[in-house]
Amino acid sequence: MAECHPVGFQWVMEAKARGAKVIHVDPRFTRTSALADLHVPLRAGSDIAFLGGIVNYVLSNDKYFRDYVVAYTNGPVVLREDFRDTEDLDGVFSGLDPDTRTYDNSSWQYAGTEVQTASGQRDQDYDERTGGGSSVTEAARGEAHGAGGAKAGGEPERDETLTHPRCVLQVLRRHYARYTPELVERICGVPQDLFREVCELLTENSGRERTTAFAYAVGWTQHTVGVQYIRTAAVLQSLLGNIGRPGGGILALRGHASIQGSTDIPTLFNLLPGYIPMPHAHQQQDLDGFVRADAGRKGYWGNMRSYLVSLLKAYWGDAATAENDFCFDYLPRLTGSHSTYETVMSQLEGTCKGYFLLGENPAVGSANAKLQRLGMANLDWLVVRDFSLIESATWWQDGPEIETGELRTEDIGTEVFFLPAAAHTEKGGTFTNTQRLLQWHHQAVEPPGEARSDLWFTYHLGRIIRQKLAASTDPMDRPLLDLAWGYPTKGRHAEPDAAAVLAEINGHDAEGNPLASYEQLSDDGSTACGCWIYCGVYADGVNQAARRKPGEQQNWVANEWGWAWPANRRILYNRASADPDGKPWSERKALVWWDAERGEWTGHDIADFKKDKAPDHRPRNGATGPEALSGTDAFIMQADGKAWLYVPSGLTDGPLPTHYEPQDSPFPNLLYGQQRNPVRHLPPPHPDNRYQPSAGEPGTEVFPYVATTYRLTEHHTAGGMSRWQPYLAELQPEFFCEVSPELAAERGLDHTGWATIVSARGVIEARVLVTDRVPPLTVHGRALHQVGLPYHWGPNGYSTGDAANELIHMSLDPNTHIQETKAFAVDIRPGRRPRGPAAVELVRAYRTRAGIDDRTGTEL
Amino acid sequence: MTDDTGNLLFGPQPDVAGAAGYRGAPPRMGFFTDTSVCIGCKACEVACKEWNAIPEDGLELTGMSYDNTQGLGASTWRHVAFIEQRKPLGGQEPGVGHEDVDVFAAAGQLGTSPSSPDPGTTVAEVGSAPAGAPAGAISPVAPDGRTELRWLMSSDVCKHCTHAACLDVCPTGSLFRTEFGTVVVQEDICNGCGYCVPACPYGVIDQRPDDGRAWKCTLCYDRLGVGMEPACAKACPTDSIQFGPLDELRDRAAVGVARLHAAGVTDARLYGEDPGDGVGGDGAFFLLLDEPEVYGLPPDPVVTTRDMPDMWRHAVAAAASLAGLAALSFVRRPR
Repeated sequence: MAECHPVGFQWVMEAKARGAKVIHVDPRFTRTSALADLHVPLRAGSDIAFLGGIVNYVLSNDKYFRDYVVAYTNGPVVLREDFRDTEDLDGVFSGLDPDTRTYDNSSWQYAGTEVQTASGQRDQDYDERTGGGSSVTEAARGEAHGAGGAKAGGEPERDETLTHPRCVLQVLRRHYARYTPELVERICGVPQDLFREVCELLTENSGRERTTAFAYAVGWTQHTVGVQYIRTAAVLQSLLGNIGRPGGGILALRGHASIQGSTDIPTLFNLLPGYIPMPHAHQQQDLDGFVRADAGRKGYWGNMRSYLVSLLKAYWGDAATAENDFCFDYLPRLTGSHSTYETVMSQLEGTCKGYFLLGENPAVGSANAKLQRLGMANLDWLVVRDFSLIESATWWQDGPEIETGELRTEDIGTEVFFLPAAAHTEKGGTFTNTQRLLQWHHQAVEPPGEARSDLWFTYHLGRIIRQKLAASTDPMDRPLLDLAWGYPTKGRHAEPDAAAVLAEINGHDAEGNPLASYEQLSDDGSTACGCWIYCGVYADGVNQAARRKPGEQQNWVANEWGWAWPANRRILYNRASADPDGKPWSERKALVWWDAERGEWTGHDIADFKKDKAPDHRPRNGATGPEALSGTDAFIMQADGKAWLYVPSGLTDGPLPTHYEPQDSPFPNLLYGQQRNPVRHLPPPHPDNRYQPSAGEPGTEVFPYVATTYRLTEHHTAGGMSRWQPYLAELQPEFFCEVSPELAAERGLDHTGWATIVSARGVIEARVLVTDRVPPLTVHGRALHQVGLPYHWGPNGYSTGDAANELIHMSLDPNTHIQETKAFAVDIRPGRRPRGPAAVELVRAYRTRAGIDDRTGTEL
Repeated sequence: MTDDTGNLLFGPQPDVAGAAGYRGAPPRMGFFTDTSVCIGCKACEVACKEWNAIPEDGLELTGMSYDNTQGLGASTWRHVAFIEQRKPLGGQEPGVGHEDVDVFAAAGQLGTSPSSPDPGTTVAEVGSAPAGAPAGAISPVAPDGRTELRWLMSSDVCKHCTHAACLDVCPTGSLFRTEFGTVVVQEDICNGCGYCVPACPYGVIDQRPDDGRAWKCTLCYDRLGVGMEPACAKACPTDSIQFGPLDELRDRAAVGVARLHAAGVTDARLYGEDPGDGVGGDGAFFLLLDEPEVYGLPPDPVVTTRDMPDMWRHAVAAAASLAGLAALSFVRRPR
């Protein structure tokens, strides 16, 4: 965190000054480790075994927060009899179809009822919920993200003694029983005494009086089991009572300013603003059918129709009427996954012909950088908007494939447009941080030359396209022509007013008055709201995100600084900070509580709960949506009001996190016969995307070292914002790899000399830093060396170097379609890499030696 | 000569600005750099260069941990040192190290290696150790892989000495003492004589090769004048760099050291804070976690003009005796 989020780390230092213990788990010793109380190096790609071991410690030593677990989690819920765990099936769950490599998740559901997920794959149960099998979506690969609710009449069966053999807590206990300290040591390379120390520090600092927070970044997400990494943390934090309470939580450290904002108001293919799922291509599906299938029946997702209708009104204004289903048919439909990596594959196939890159440099920053470039070389047109001529804008004239002769400039038909972009100081707008806090930033200067903001680009692009289509009678053009596109502009560049966009996102009623809360949204078309969770950010017509009341002038929650969604609540699900009766679990950790005299929730934060719903409230029979939540259903977005230790619906790869080896791993899975995540997402075979043998198969020894990529404080992502800056470039002037003295000795690598690093996909060279900070580990009883690779470099800019992503395959998490850049296997050898065709030849020779073909590594 | 003038050159001087002729000056301002909370982000280096428009001065991978800045100079007014050590940080949990492996020995082979052949040269066959590999010199992996490691980080800067030799030797008046007690060099007056460079006991001030003029930290004199703190202190996310009245900073530092000692970090010490030291105390002082030499700081700096009065006395005496001899020679001239 100090390494990649140094500004945020100041708060860790403040906590440390007040006595907080900081544990840092990372294969390398970073600037964070330097300030931590405990550094735990582990093998990259083994975190579920590590965290699962902690879950086992918590359960077998009865260290969980029992009252919290019983009241607020699904620990007491009884599961169906036909559910089979990985313990029963040697590493897979019930419902696996080996031919389609997908799970049918029906056996994962609660006994006697069915719940919908609040996020993730919400279209999974489309057929059951709509009673019609008319989907044209690829089978069971639902990508929708939707809402929750139990089937009418079906409250799940509970055992509050937590002893029923099929209750979640007991299933959990069995699932992790073999994740012992001995096993953690063998799989992760973490010595048992060190592991126990972590377990003790964590459990001693959790409970009524104390809370612990987890912070993670893409070291967790970028795996073929990335979602399950974070799920394991969620299981732990729910068991320990660390959710919804001050000092608790699981904090996703975002990789870029406002990445949180770009999922809230998404740049993702499968989400609409506010996490409303993008509809799938079902035949004859109307608004009601969509809501019936994807909305929750209990909890706030029960109001999804209001959120969606208000969004459609924001999109299409007066054109959206009750008669035309509020233009629901204008929304695009999903026919499968359209993630960034599938987009590359369809570029290679020739079906994707145009590409916008706004502040993104896939030729350096995305896995398998070569395939990224080959995909772009097969486009009709490419638009790059960035600060400088990044590699993704110039690969056609000076990219690595030009040097190797695999591409020739004169053969490339892609028309490339480069448009300079404005920096954040040159435009107004909001950043949304990981705590969902929106903070307004003001424009300081006009952008130089032809640089313009992305808002300017998008608005004027839409304006011009609409102009060109104005005379069209083609119904296909109606969604564009009917858009409410009347944004006010200002200044000499006709910059759209970002505050007006924020006001549209906030929403207004039929009279045009700004809304104050999503509770006001209606499903009859009388309200418009661009993102229901952001409703209130422009309450009273005031830009609440621009508030900057200093911390010392308000209470410690400081909710007059900026504005947090939803409803300016600073800690989500904070009803859980009080016990079922509404009293704080402890004075020390009081946040919100029930004031019986005034009949409302009160406290330091704004309660994330209906203000006047008493703790003893029980819903009437047949209630739906928020009405169906009881006074103790703290997790108000969830279909059952509970935190999920076990996920009955919404994940494609299992209800409980399970240790699988990475796609490319020198080690076998010690826990199960199943080596890898059986439903990991493998794109169609491609000669430049070969996988490596694993687990002692012949050829495994050709790539004996585990490698991981990461960032340095001095640079930013793929380097577009830092490698061109002399003041940053001089601080880390060259691409380097980090190796231990032992590995340096084993391979003859010299400090500051050159090393060549090879995978089945590519070869790169890097200067060598020999350092104790990347320690060797003892894994599976033998020494394992790891290779650390910062991924910031590419051939352009002021500071140049090879891109680590040349080495990395496309093998994706099946839920999020995120690549596995954080754990893979390589060889390393001294000296510079070959140039020209010889580089391609070297990789080919490695593949031959390892016996790699198109089937290698694609086993279930 | 009075005591006052003596104090201009050596020993404690509680009123630096007053001694330089300011009447009613503001309190002496300075830096306290607490390296125990430095996270090595180098924001100070970048903020300093941005604010003061200092040129980039070289893209060189040094191999000295993450320190590619190397040291203070004409175009580097803040420098973060990175020191990797096999020692547990106070408060960190001790474990078992692998003492017999020395990364610094590996670093010692820097530049002596045959492993940077030209592009296209065939690299060594996998599995066979290339000639010159220090395979025997480095021992096998420690059984549990644990390292007891600490990574010291420290942001260095001009010390703004109580007795600043650079200023004393400057013939043009380019270097001067400000009303805040800091030492500033004026680039429009400096004639590039370079006397100040060897005068600095810390090796801070330096000449730019392109124009020969001397440059160093001004403690952001232009910002101080309008009530702003220096750029580096403003940018520091963890308050490792603190700016304020020197007296307050010294009090704060004493508390910090006491706290660290109580926590078992017995190596913690202040550097440059003592008005009785060889430069009369620094306007920019440090809390270090190891010997100053570890950070590349001189252990016992002395203002190089300390002996100037003596030297002048000797010179005057010598001149007098020469004159006396000369006079005597006239007196004794035989008629």
